[in-house]
Amino acid sequence: MKRTRFLGYGTAAVAAVGMMLFVGWWQVDGPGAPEPMGQRPIPLTEMAFSLTDHEGNAVGPEALLGSPTMAFFGFTYCPDVCPTTLSDISDWLDALGNEADPLNVIFITVDPERDTVAAMAEYVSYFHPAIRGWTGPEEQIARAAEGFRAVFERVPTDSGDYTMNHTASVFLFNAEGQFVTTIDYHEAREFALPKIRRALQQEMEETT
Amino acid sequence: MKKIVSMSALLMLFSFAGASMPALADAADIVIDGAWARASIGMNRPGAAYMTIRNTGTEPVTLIGLSTPLAMMPAIHETRTSTEGVSSMTPTDEIAIAPGESVALEPGGLHAMLMQLQEPMTEGETFPLTLVFEDGVEATVEVPILGFAARGPED
Repeated sequence: MKRTRFLGYGTAAVAAVGMMLFVGWWQVDGPGAPEPMGQRPIPLTEMAFSLTDHEGNAVGPEALLGSPTMAFFGFTYCPDVCPTTLSDISDWLDALGNEADPLNVIFITVDPERDTVAAMAEYVSYFHPAIRGWTGPEEQIARAAEGFRAVFERVPTDSGDYTMNHTASVFLFNAEGQFVTTIDYHEAREFALPKIRRALQQEMEETT
Repeated sequence: MKKIVSMSALLMLFSFAGASMPALADAADIVIDGAWARASIGMNRPGAAYMTIRNTGTEPVTLIGLSTPLAMMPAIHETRTSTEGVSSMTPTDEIAIAPGESVALEPGGLHAMLMQLQEPMTEGETFPLTLVFEDGVEATVEVPILGFAARGPED
């Protein structure tokens, strides 16, 4: 009698532990796991959005296929991070010289209200000529950001204006549109250049 | 650039003169090096200025504000980038600088945010920026305006 009850408790305990393990797995690694924040961007071939470049051309992810791509989200009313990143990008492009010729370089605004096509055209003219500025309706920018797993948020400032919080990493894709890696905000040139070369190299391998 | 050098020299001179003065921090104890700003596109967008602020005195100093004829609303802001790579910018009310310590205002960190520009920031020109410290101490630096895509004072 005693033994069977004991056994019963034992079975219940094992079942309870098993249940806990299962629940833990479900929540952490299993189908119930939350979407990780630092998710990889999806391939450009799976993205769908339509924007306008700073010269007024209709553009989208399909326009980037066939060449490797370096992309960055920002806005032109950004006093610190965006000019710094675009200066960094210009510096990397200068350092790579002709090597960077096949690269698509795009700057997608997260602030279409202020960043019209004309505003983007003027802004990008101050940086490396390879940099293209993309803008468009907010819902299209949101779709682009979703594909890149980038985030942006409008934040009011005490001056009565607003600023934008946004993902400041630079994204690299190969010529087939596969995500290669990101360059972190203000990452040193000696780390950034090999990453860009990796995206370029993958293009070389495919064409040879 | 020349203006800054002479400014630092002047401040240094004052700090020697004031070396025997006790207690309260004064402007002579505050040395500003390597100030620079980027040129702006027009006047609608906020500008940013960068520099290193050193406290060469024996008392802590606390930076509480900025003033400049160039902008109606100058303020110290801080850019933070999260581990997920998301950058955000928040106003910083005050910055305490211990004796012998310095604080760097540099891209991607603390910066003097120049909101509501009164005139465009033109490459090659300079503008005065006054740092206001607790106890009414003020230090003014002439900030050179570099190119729009400048990365630092060495450019």
